[in-house]
Amino acid sequence: MKDKIRELLGKLGGLPVAVDTLADGADLYAAGLSSFASVQLMLGIEDAFDIEFPDHLLNRKSFASIDAIAETVSAIVEGREAA
Amino acid sequence: MNMMSEIRGAGLVERAREVAAVAGKHADAVDKEGRFPHEAVAAMKSARLFGIQVPILLGGEGATIAEIAEVCSIIAQECASSAMIFAMHHIKLSSCVSHGMGDEWHEAFMHRIVREQLLLGSATTEAGIGGNLRNSICAIEVDGDICRLTKEATVISYGKQADAILITSRSHKEAASTDQVMTVFLKDQYTLEQTHVWDTMGMRGTCSDGFLFKAEAPAVQILPKPFAEIAAESMLATCHLLWSATWYGIALNAVTRAQAFVRAAARANPGTTPPGALRLAEATAELHLIKSNVIAGIERFEAAKEDPAQLSSLGFAVAMNNVKIATSQMILSVINQAMIICGIAGYKNGTPYSIGRHLRDAHSAQLMISNERILSNTATMLTVHKLDTSLMG
Repeated sequence: MKDKIRELLGKLGGLPVAVDTLADGADLYAAGLSSFASVQLMLGIEDAFDIEFPDHLLNRKSFASIDAIAETVSAIVEGREAA
Repeated sequence: MNMMSEIRGAGLVERAREVAAVAGKHADAVDKEGRFPHEAVAAMKSARLFGIQVPILLGGEGATIAEIAEVCSIIAQECASSAMIFAMHHIKLSSCVSHGMGDEWHEAFMHRIVREQLLLGSATTEAGIGGNLRNSICAIEVDGDICRLTKEATVISYGKQADAILITSRSHKEAASTDQVMTVFLKDQYTLEQTHVWDTMGMRGTCSDGFLFKAEAPAVQILPKPFAEIAAESMLATCHLLWSATWYGIALNAVTRAQAFVRAAARANPGTTPPGALRLAEATAELHLIKSNVIAGIERFEAAKEDPAQLSSLGFAVAMNNVKIATSQMILSVINQAMIICGIAGYKNGTPYSIGRHLRDAHSAQLMISNERILSNTATMLTVHKLDTSLMG
């Protein structure tokens, strides 16, 4: 999952640095993720994982790092499977 | 609302009215000469209004956003520039209150704001960036215990008159343009070399000239949280709400003048409905919409305040953007209606029904953080954020 997230981040994140140089826990906003790019990334992730982010997860924290994104996506996928 | 806050609230309204009376006396001169409203600002200081937002623990009054908005609206009814200065001060102060608590220097600074009634200015705009305040070119340089900053600030609200300036920059010289911090610099820690003159259509008294800003201060004066968090969790919402409250005050006073005009006409011709009466009724309906919009925004902010996840959510940002867009557009239509009602007496300066200053001041609303930029941000967010399908939230 994290590989896919990294791929999307590289494509949509508009970061001034290469995604490979970022650790999973690195702060993406400090790395230059703009609010516009973060929304593009949200859209890309919704499409790639066939999910929809509920409103309470559409916030800065959910997209603060690759780890945080993976956690957010997992929570939605697990929630769907449990339902 | 408990008894204590009711008493404090009543006291605040009275103090605000006293300031408004002073502001109103000089409003036309401030506008005409494009000068700083010294008298109104002195009155704010002697009414001790600059520290009201500071927590009681630090000597302030712990005023809520609703209470501060009320003061903005009261002062704006007499002088929009004075009210905007008051609003901008409290927007800056909200960054310290929301993000400086627990930090020794910033707590002491808030204490000082109350004690000395310091006026806080803002420098977020930069040459080459324009109004996109979530980007900086300049970078703060931290050298041991000292930090230094040079910024080409094309607009600093009442730069010359402020006692301290809160200024944004990149967090270090390698940082991305969005990786920003905000730093407090005191008046004796910076120099201002004027580069732009604030000679504008309206809001002339805010004296938001442009300057080359150069400063050096202890590095502890950098706010301990990233500016991205400050912007998302307190600054943008406080901006939109206190600005909107100020704009509402301008529109309210224009309609009040139109109502006085209609009443005078009704008294002059008893038994007939004056020609402006229907339009006045229409204008009050629009005014009511603006008021509801501002109140709903304030309530939303108060409800979200203790929860950073909610404050930084897209839904909250969309809601605050919408308050700003709607208020800034609707006041123009309301004030224009007031002008039509008052006719030539409204168009002329120096009559009890003059609306020109209101209309000119109100035109700034669409441009203070340009509506074009805000709409385009909202448009981006709406590609993922789903609209709330409930009426009562």
